[in-house]
Amino acid sequence: MIVNENPVAARPAPASNRGIWGWMRQKLFSSPANTVLTVVTGWLLYIGLTPVISWSFIEADWFGSDRSACDGGACWVFITARIEQFIYGFYPEDLRWRVDLVFLQTGLLLLWLMPQSMPGKKWGVIYALSIFPISSFFLLSGGLGLEMVDTHKWGGLMLTLVLALVGIVAALPFGVLLALGRRSEMPVIRFFCTTFIEVWRGVPLITVLFMASVMLPLFVPEEVVFDKLVRALIGIVMFQSAYMAEVVRGGLQAIPRGQYEAAAAMGLGYWKMMRLVILPQALKMVIPGIVNTFIALFKDTSLVLIIGLFDLLAIVQAGLADPKWLGFAIEGYVFAGFVFWFFCFSMSRYSQSLEKRLNTGHKA
Amino acid sequence: MMTSVNNAEMAGSDSAMIELRKLNKWYGDFHVLRDIDLTVRKGERIVICGPSGSGKSTMIRCINRLEEHQQGDIIINGREMTNDLKDIEQVRMEVGMVFQHFNLFPHLTVLENCTLAPIWVRKQPRKEAEAIAMQYLERVRIPDQADKYPGQLSGGQQQRVAIARSLCMNPQVMLFDEPTSALDPEMIKEVLDVMVELANEGMTMLCVTHEMGFAKTVADRVIFMDEGQIVEENEPESFFNNPQSERTKLFLSQILQH
Amino acid sequence: MQEKHTMPAPARHYFWNDPDKRALVFQIIVTVAILGLAFVVVENTLSNLEKRGITTGFDFLSQESGFGIIQSLVEYDETHSFGKTFIVGLLNTILVSVLGIILATVVGFLVGVGRLSNNWLVARVCGAYVEIFRNIPLLLQILFWYFAVLRTLPSPRQSLDLYDTFFLNIRGLYIPAPIFQEGAIWIGVALLLAIASVWVIKRWAEQRQLASGKTFPVFYTAAVIVIGLPLLAWFMTGQPVHWEVPALKGFNFRGGYAVIPELCALLIALTLYTASYIAENVRSGIEAVNKGQTEAAFALGLPKSRTMQLVIIPQAMRVIIPPLASQYMNLIKNSSLATAVGYPDLVAVFAGTTLNQTGQAVEIILITMSVYLLMSLLVSLLMNMFNKKMALAER
Ligand SMILES: Nc1ncnc2c1ncn2[C@@H]1O[C@H](COP(=O)(O)OP(=O)(O)OP(=O)(O)O)[C@@H](O)[C@H]1O
Ligand SMILES: [Mg+2]
Repeated sequence: MIVNENPVAARPAPASNRGIWGWMRQKLFSSPANTVLTVVTGWLLYIGLTPVISWSFIEADWFGSDRSACDGGACWVFITARIEQFIYGFYPEDLRWRVDLVFLQTGLLLLWLMPQSMPGKKWGVIYALSIFPISSFFLLSGGLGLEMVDTHKWGGLMLTLVLALVGIVAALPFGVLLALGRRSEMPVIRFFCTTFIEVWRGVPLITVLFMASVMLPLFVPEEVVFDKLVRALIGIVMFQSAYMAEVVRGGLQAIPRGQYEAAAAMGLGYWKMMRLVILPQALKMVIPGIVNTFIALFKDTSLVLIIGLFDLLAIVQAGLADPKWLGFAIEGYVFAGFVFWFFCFSMSRYSQSLEKRLNTGHKA
Repeated sequence: MMTSVNNAEMAGSDSAMIELRKLNKWYGDFHVLRDIDLTVRKGERIVICGPSGSGKSTMIRCINRLEEHQQGDIIINGREMTNDLKDIEQVRMEVGMVFQHFNLFPHLTVLENCTLAPIWVRKQPRKEAEAIAMQYLERVRIPDQADKYPGQLSGGQQQRVAIARSLCMNPQVMLFDEPTSALDPEMIKEVLDVMVELANEGMTMLCVTHEMGFAKTVADRVIFMDEGQIVEENEPESFFNNPQSERTKLFLSQILQH
Repeated sequence: MQEKHTMPAPARHYFWNDPDKRALVFQIIVTVAILGLAFVVVENTLSNLEKRGITTGFDFLSQESGFGIIQSLVEYDETHSFGKTFIVGLLNTILVSVLGIILATVVGFLVGVGRLSNNWLVARVCGAYVEIFRNIPLLLQILFWYFAVLRTLPSPRQSLDLYDTFFLNIRGLYIPAPIFQEGAIWIGVALLLAIASVWVIKRWAEQRQLASGKTFPVFYTAAVIVIGLPLLAWFMTGQPVHWEVPALKGFNFRGGYAVIPELCALLIALTLYTASYIAENVRSGIEAVNKGQTEAAFALGLPKSRTMQLVIIPQAMRVIIPPLASQYMNLIKNSSLATAVGYPDLVAVFAGTTLNQTGQAVEIILITMSVYLLMSLLVSLLMNMFNKKMALAER
């Protein structure tokens, strides 16, 4: 028999296992093969990144009015000199405050709706889905006493955001209806919805945009004229609602049968049951999925370049062809790429954190 | 009082199956195992218990190198555990392990689960490996499930397959890490029966469990661990009826309440 | 909580209150509405087309196209028909898709496994790769590679070269091409022979394992035979295949294969973009395999490589393959962005040039969409079959 009444005090780990050296030994040099891998990767990173950093920061030129301000390194002057155009497109300069107002509302709404605990989120959502779109519409296009601005003057980041936001907001209700239809017990409804969803998901967005830009005008009587932006939006919304439907369907499927049965047992009809019991739960569950489709849509908006709209990418691309600024393709694409990356990366981080929150919520 | 220590010394180190000497392990800065000394002789059956987080799993996982230790020695069947891959492979062939959550391979049938290691590690002909596997499946009383997939079995059946799978490698020692704690009460008995049988056949066993009935019937020694160290070690009779340390008493009173 | 359950008064049986009949009526209404809409659309389209003097029907497919295409896998020039144009575009789409799928799979698996490496630096670099490439629009990446990289390369005279066999310049990538002479057929025969013998050896090795338990290094033997036998045939028949290395003649390179820069840019961008998604699939597939599986395999004495081969990969593949298939489908659909840099894929030559020349938007876009739809259907069909086959048996 052994009795050990005196507890052994905890000792610090041996030095080789502790601190920065212990960490490096375990994570970088744990075996000869690992050491080789670390050294080779580090060396490649070094020879790859040093010229990039020196080009884009150290030797770069930032401000000026024309290309003479640049000597060696990246010429960010190309960006800074045109930044207004990249943001507002061809929107009249004296009216840009209207665009700023829309940006401001968007920013405030994000601050209101994104954090976990914010007061009055419900009102935020209501504002975002009613006043915000209406006020933005009039601010951007004019009317109600504001000077009209034709949509072909819209462009740059502003147009990108308009396409993405309208696309996602309009696709949501269609997506919900399509998802309900696909799960409906009525075979005809199920057939139409499934076909609609699968067709749009099966074809590339660019063919949808082609269709919207060349076929749509044929579908309607000659007198009806859509402007180019509206045609692109119709294409995007149809396409997007198919993807949205699949996301929502995922949420509907994840709701346990018991919920449906309980709601039915309470005597709720189909629409009441969906509206009061099923959809609130399902939609909450699929918020990360919705954010992910939004990211995809945000990237996809760049395709409107091909049908001749001037979103951020297209306007940068057009700037590259300016005879006064030839030869700054890398700077242009890096800038546009960074803007897109910044939006998409932050949104994907947000969706990941939401997913984590939801997951732990389930376990608790 | 000194019997068990004396026995170990008298038996000499050649009959020691497992020897842990001043074993220390850290997770980062957390000192999980502190100066563990333990000798397990051939054919000995040892039950390890202790509160959650006391390092029981960590200790037995060090024995077959699922965890790496930082200080002290582990000697299995006369072979010291080092970083040498050959040693580790050899030790793992001699030491079988059964996990709390069975860890059967879900993409293989029960029979394939049992023959995988004999074929690829022991290089047995498939026919022979299958014949041996069937013998062990019969011993754990589920030969009729051989062609099913693990997902089609109950928890108790799965754990018995896991035991058979380990036995197919013909190990010298079996380690059990809470083999019954993920099972429903009615399945616990069928697994314990198999383990008792195994113990009676003279298998060297190291078993982390809180099944006190099992400890009383088969264990040669019961080890109580707390805060990464062995606090008390005794024959089951005296361990349960006459615990010495305050911490042991507290622990026993807690589990007996249930 | 107390609730009073008051029974509702038995409702009178209105026709409208019978759910079955209600559903029937609703479905009829929806069908009629959709058919009506379709009718109006067709009516409008026909009258619009007539007013613009655009013919309808598929006769244009046999008309002479009148334009050339910079890359064609089959014989084609401006005298061929629009139907042939369609074939050329389709083949070009298939070419870039197949190459892209192969490359993206290789890169994606490497990066995905790299993200799980226990080497911190490698894991981080792979993670950065994924986060960078999947968060930038593919179109931007295509334009970048084409306009910012490949279009700024030097002229053929100042080509970048690798060992004087591979050349890269503004006109594209030039790589050596094999020239087959008489007797080269034997190399093919040798290859077939090698494959057949590998099959036999595999069978034999299995038999031997069954009987004696001895394993045989099938993989290495197979590698030696498949490479060695054709090589032997090549020497024995007097080296009937040699490589034609591209060489500068005048202003451009002659000989070898020329890969046009449009294809290069598209391929690089598609590969890097899709690989970042595949890497994520691979990572989550491997992570989805419970850690206990590795531990159980280790505890049984299986070495690391065998654990990977026999336990981890078979389980991870079930998780990886379905999203992998949809990534392949995305790559095929995304290859249609070719039109932005002028790579002559199906959308560029058919829904682009052909549409502009004939004006028959409806037919052309419907044909184009159907092609992609068919490919999607095919992929999901294969996927369903795979899922059925691989579904784990559960209680
Ligand atoms: N991989 C790890 N990294 C860091 N800490 C760990 C790790 N594994 C275990 N620990 C910690 O080590 C301690 C001992 O863990 P161990 O699993 O050995 O306890 P145990 O006695 O088996 O408990 P239980 O009865 O709950 O299984 C615990 O405090 C645990 O939190
Ligand atoms: Mg444990």
